[in-house]
Amino acid sequence: MPKRLLLGFLAIVILGIVGFGVFAWRPAIGKIAPPPASSFSPAQVARGEVLAGAGYCATCHTAKGGQPYAGGYPMKTSFGTIYSTNITPDPKTGVGTWSEAAFRRAMRQGVARDGKHLFPAFPYDHFGKMTDADIADLYAYVMTRPAVSAPAKRNSVPFPLNIRALQAGWKLLFFRPEPFKPSADKSPEWNRGAYLAQGVSHCGACHTPRNALGAEKRDQAFAGAAIDNWIAPPLTSANPSPAPWDQAELAAYLRTGVSRYHGVAAGPMSPVVHDGLVKLPDADIQALAVYFADVGGAAGRASALAPALAKAQAANRLNTGPQIDAAARLYTAACASCHYNGAGQPNPLRPDLALNSAVNLDDPTNLIRVILHGVAAKEGAPGVVMPAFGRFSDADVARLAAYLRATRTDKPAWPDLEKKVATIRAEGRAEGKE
Amino acid sequence: MTRFTLNGRPVSIDLDEDTPLLWVIRDDLGLTGTKFGCGVGMCGACTVHVGGRATRSCVTPLGAVDGAEITTIEGLDPAGQHPVQQAWLELQVPQCGYCQSGQIMQAAAMLKDFPAPTDADIDATMSGNLCRCMTYARIRAAIKQAASAMGGKS
Repeated sequence: MPKRLLLGFLAIVILGIVGFGVFAWRPAIGKIAPPPASSFSPAQVARGEVLAGAGYCATCHTAKGGQPYAGGYPMKTSFGTIYSTNITPDPKTGVGTWSEAAFRRAMRQGVARDGKHLFPAFPYDHFGKMTDADIADLYAYVMTRPAVSAPAKRNSVPFPLNIRALQAGWKLLFFRPEPFKPSADKSPEWNRGAYLAQGVSHCGACHTPRNALGAEKRDQAFAGAAIDNWIAPPLTSANPSPAPWDQAELAAYLRTGVSRYHGVAAGPMSPVVHDGLVKLPDADIQALAVYFADVGGAAGRASALAPALAKAQAANRLNTGPQIDAAARLYTAACASCHYNGAGQPNPLRPDLALNSAVNLDDPTNLIRVILHGVAAKEGAPGVVMPAFGRFSDADVARLAAYLRATRTDKPAWPDLEKKVATIRAEGRAEGKE
Repeated sequence: MTRFTLNGRPVSIDLDEDTPLLWVIRDDLGLTGTKFGCGVGMCGACTVHVGGRATRSCVTPLGAVDGAEITTIEGLDPAGQHPVQQAWLELQVPQCGYCQSGQIMQAAAMLKDFPAPTDADIDATMSGNLCRCMTYARIRAAIKQAASAMGGKS
């Protein structure tokens, strides 16, 4: 009898494996001869270029110092390092033999041409919302890039997570392939912004927290998350900035990298603005701004602006006379020459730290990173830099952060700052890259 | 390779990206008007302009200025006749002089943001530029004189 039970159990296991195999299996889509560039119209390629910008394809599909779109960029995840792949039309190492149907399946379902499941580090859960026409335009752009021979680098995802078929299970649990559904009660501009944000621009990939298996928590869309050693702030009404993120500030930030009230696009947000969204026409930037002003509930917060500005103005006056407090002296000597604002509107190039996102977030990571490593001329506000105050001791950086938090905000003090500074210093300047 | 313009001249430098900009300006490009003071961004002696903003070059890594426009005291005015420099001369601001190129660069950048600076504006934006000879009173007077000469009033 026990033997029979065991056999029965084994049969169920085998059936299960076979069943899962059938469920996980995806056919290969036949290779094609790389289509000549002339088979795509220049107008279509130009539209695809805008979409490639909107999706920051080059940011993840280009290694530091490498050829554009040739892959090899490391993405550190809690499951190991995943390297982006070569999406130039090289027939051997890139996507040269991919038909438009194969490309569309990858974008919509996260399955490579040969039938292999892709890891969700490739945000197909967002790209799937793109229209067929947009995917076709993007395909035209990708297939007309210079072909580069660059074999894929080996991922360091450990066994058994590296079994591609298991990704089918992940998809079963978390992936809901749904086309973008416009909201009838919203304006066309709002819907355009939502389409871009949820689809090709995959904003939630950084700004939405993920569960233990790396899937975005649907009920916490845009609630903010830790990513690549930075904090992607909440884009919802949970955003702690004293000044509301209204359409004008969002548009300025997404277009130029600078909001006079919130600061500059630094860290992983810098290439989003300066290398990606830069390709979008103003109308699309405004559409994104309309959408996120609504997501963040800016309309209901308009009255918060005037008191926030008054408070910031008052804080500026704290550092204009003789200082006794050691933290205030540190700030006056190292920071005030650039960050002080006089009467009137804050100067966008003198980021007002009472209003700045980094000082107001629940987590001090972004502030500490910027103090230690600065902001380069190609990041943030173009052409200007914030120096790197990494020669300050952990204690002094912690002192500065605590001082700003206490004098510039009404938010609770950050705990264990000195230890946090040491941890962030040890991470180095790299953004989650190797 | 890091490329930027220095006093209007294109420059390319092949050094570790973490090299302080001040080292590059003084040792590799030979412009010694910019001084080394504390080396940690606390005294202002090394102030230059990056994209027109006063910036402490001793804590600015070379890699951060890729693509930027940098101006040093040598390039503030081709003839050394910037209104701030003129005011400095007229009021005989310097004593030993070591911190003064940093003071002048900081003041010139500050006047763009505060064309008619109040005492509070001057205190807040100039406190990071130390002067061990204590020329602060003359610095304040010279800034106000330069502001007037440039059309602002304070």
